[in-house]
Amino acid sequence: MKTLLSYSFSSLATHMHNWLKNVITNDLLLTVTELVIIGVCLLVFLILLAFFLGYMERKVAAFMELRLGPNRVGPKGTLQIVADTVKLLFKEGFTPDAADKFLFNLAPGIIITTALLAVAPIAYAKGFQLWDINIGVLYISSVSSMAVIGILMAGWSSSNKYSLIGAMRCGAQIVSYELSIGLSLISIVVLTGSLSLNDIVESQANGWWIFKGHIPVLISFVIFVVASTAEINRAPFDLVEADQELTGGFNTEYAGMKFAMFLMAEYINLFVVSAVAATIFLGGWMPFHIGGLTGFNHIMDYIPSSIWFFSKTLFIIFIIMQFRWTFPRLRIDQLLNLEWKYLLPISMVNVLLVTLMAIMGWHF
Amino acid sequence: MFLKEYFGSIFSSIKSLLTGMKLTGYYFTHHNKIITEEYPDNRAALKMPERFRGEVIMPHDEKNEHQCTGCQSCELSCPNGSIKIITKQEIQPDGKKKKRIDTWVYHLDMCTMCGMCVEACPTTAILMGNEFEHSQYEKKYLKKVLNKPGSRLKDGVE
Amino acid sequence: MLLGEEDHFNEEGEFVINIGPQHPSTHGVLRLKVWLDGETIKKVEPHLGYIHRSIEKMSESFSYRQFGYITSRMDYLSAHMNNQACALVVEKALQVEVPARAQVIRIILCELSRLSSHLLWFASAGLDLGGVTPFFYAFREREAINSIMEETCGARLTQNFMVPGGIITDLQPDFQKRIKEVLKQFKDNYHEYNEILIGNVIFQNRMKDVGVLTREDAIALGCTGPVARASGLSCDIRKHYPYDGYEKIQFDEVILTGGDSWARCEVRMAEMLQSVHIIEQLIDNIPEGDIVAKTKNVIKLPKGEFYQRVETARGELGVYIVSDGGSTPYRCKYRSPNFSNLMAIPHISKGHKIGDLIAIMATIDLIIPDIDR
Ligand code: SF4
Ligand code: SF4
Repeated sequence: MKTLLSYSFSSLATHMHNWLKNVITNDLLLTVTELVIIGVCLLVFLILLAFFLGYMERKVAAFMELRLGPNRVGPKGTLQIVADTVKLLFKEGFTPDAADKFLFNLAPGIIITTALLAVAPIAYAKGFQLWDINIGVLYISSVSSMAVIGILMAGWSSSNKYSLIGAMRCGAQIVSYELSIGLSLISIVVLTGSLSLNDIVESQANGWWIFKGHIPVLISFVIFVVASTAEINRAPFDLVEADQELTGGFNTEYAGMKFAMFLMAEYINLFVVSAVAATIFLGGWMPFHIGGLTGFNHIMDYIPSSIWFFSKTLFIIFIIMQFRWTFPRLRIDQLLNLEWKYLLPISMVNVLLVTLMAIMGWHF
Repeated sequence: MFLKEYFGSIFSSIKSLLTGMKLTGYYFTHHNKIITEEYPDNRAALKMPERFRGEVIMPHDEKNEHQCTGCQSCELSCPNGSIKIITKQEIQPDGKKKKRIDTWVYHLDMCTMCGMCVEACPTTAILMGNEFEHSQYEKKYLKKVLNKPGSRLKDGVE
Repeated sequence: MLLGEEDHFNEEGEFVINIGPQHPSTHGVLRLKVWLDGETIKKVEPHLGYIHRSIEKMSESFSYRQFGYITSRMDYLSAHMNNQACALVVEKALQVEVPARAQVIRIILCELSRLSSHLLWFASAGLDLGGVTPFFYAFREREAINSIMEETCGARLTQNFMVPGGIITDLQPDFQKRIKEVLKQFKDNYHEYNEILIGNVIFQNRMKDVGVLTREDAIALGCTGPVARASGLSCDIRKHYPYDGYEKIQFDEVILTGGDSWARCEVRMAEMLQSVHIIEQLIDNIPEGDIVAKTKNVIKLPKGEFYQRVETARGELGVYIVSDGGSTPYRCKYRSPNFSNLMAIPHISKGHKIGDLIAIMATIDLIIPDIDR
């Protein structure tokens, strides 16, 4: 059992580092090599993740809709997404005549870059983190709000009226929902006293915030999930795309690989917000502990931390997917009403409550 | 009062959203309710209803005999002109000349499967068949001749 | 070259977009030209003619047995009612009595297609608002109804079952059993429609106070069917001008006074239950007897003008025939419910958002081939 425990990502990384240190003596070269390895690993991981999420979404949708979902390519249809990607690769990367070519082709790159940037500070397992930045929460919320630039760029440069309307909706939507996301994150920052994701996870060793923080944290959690669904433009808040109204919104004119990049960015964003929710509210890689029950806690410790992290993330992803396949879409003014009349005031009052809790020490 | 309304609306909306999620969650976990039919795979078990109108057919018996007298009622009753009957004069064993069909041309591409030709036929020489997999690469394959080569009118049918 | 601000606007400085003819939520080839101010709609102009097949003109070369069948292609969800209207106008002109058995079977099948049409409305209303799942729940029941149509009439949509004088063939033996199964399935699953869509707060907010059609406007624009009944106008042909024995049947005409999209939804949801109610009354009491009245082989209508209206799933369908005594109509005109209902859209969508226009179109429940014919 001891070996299983020690076989974690962190020890793997340390082994790797030591081995490379023996092979490469130059310090700079060593750093560069390591960075490249990490970058490649991360990209491969994210592409696989996007494949998996694409498959998962289609299966979830299918089962909720009394269908079978993909079941032809590969065992149980698992390779369907690969087949689709190949199809998209071979499609013409069409640029409309009237489009601003430079911006039109740049936009997918920007969207995917912002999506990738936000992945950096996430802690995947115990002691396994790409970048242990001490302002992780701030970093994530600021980077993810940059996605609006890419969408605006795509919508404007397409020279399509539908795209333009979609992009303008996006501006209003992301800017407003950014506020509630920030406020709901602040409530945990207040309780922990740190902006570092690692510290936040460590602070949940004796219980996840969602249990420790009582109702105010539960409210923050719900607000965070709702607002981040809007932030990543997923149904019921997918007004930016709004197939039935805007025939695809900002990505109406995109095809082939450029469209695939939008799709991939959507899934990476989905992963990021779920991972952040899991880290901040559900204890990240922290196993489930109940204070006092040492035996139970020990059993929980045997489950590797990465499994804890990914199962929590998948749970949140599932919930966000279920939103999409259950609810109809909001209208643009209702969307803004929801934010400015409901989520924002509630989360403001909530932050006050949480602060009070933190000062009085009403949590455990 | 305002607050009561405000929170009341929040709770009722959350409740309605949760009912919806409960339903989708129920179907997500109950795979026996799936209604998909995997069409090309279930071909063997697929049984079309007897009355299903898929195409016009002309049944021939084991002696290669049909019942079409060439009266052309079907051709007249077809709204789309999908039927063309070419007749010929055939000399009977008793020496008399009689009108018989030469070719019974059926344009499947123009047929709307209304079944009016079958209704009109006085001798039930034609029926609606159950076949529905008609796709072809070229339109010319959809023009069919329904009377088989060498077939003749069944004795006793006038 | 990037289209500058001046290219997005027309000469008058208006932002105009075309919703359709190829658009995911126009259910066909309807084209709505929409003048926008930001997201708000200033003006809507429907452009028709993309699916015009000159059915009325074609009818002039069809015999009286043939001309009805093509109406299945007008409002393809109410094919039975369309065929029935054509059969009824010929019967009226010839003054033949339709056998009681045929009448009852006609009503059962019509109500069944009304049910299935409203189910399709439910499915597509959910779809238009971005909820894909309700579509599949409604189609589960619709599929069962379509199977009955297939077993009984031989086709799923273009049934061509009602002929002048009665119906074309007798029922298949386990018709009653199958209908009861479907009705049971429908009633068991009816609550799911409320849970997944109708009761959903997002759906209700999208529908309430959107696209209000007043009673006066409904009359002025000639709206009929559920659209007009949601505005408080009693216009059910089955009640006011009963045909085929509807006068002997107990059912309520659902009338609401809201006039908004939500009222239209509620009317349709209630009408589904009314249709079930009608079928339940009749299914065990199908009289024995002939299924078709004797008519001449070649039908010739007496000289004159004949008009017959029926209540389809979308409103009042009128068939107007001018006969010169020959075997084909001299002139044939259809008064289609969708055409008049469409004209309500420009009127009621003014001042709403683009999303609302889609919601309004969903609740008006247009069938585009019926508009153009
Ligand atoms: S089924 Fe109808 S369209 Fe087809 S051949 Fe017969 S009468 Fe003509
Ligand atoms: S198929 Fe029937 S109606 Fe047509 S020509 Fe032959 S006998 Fe006459």
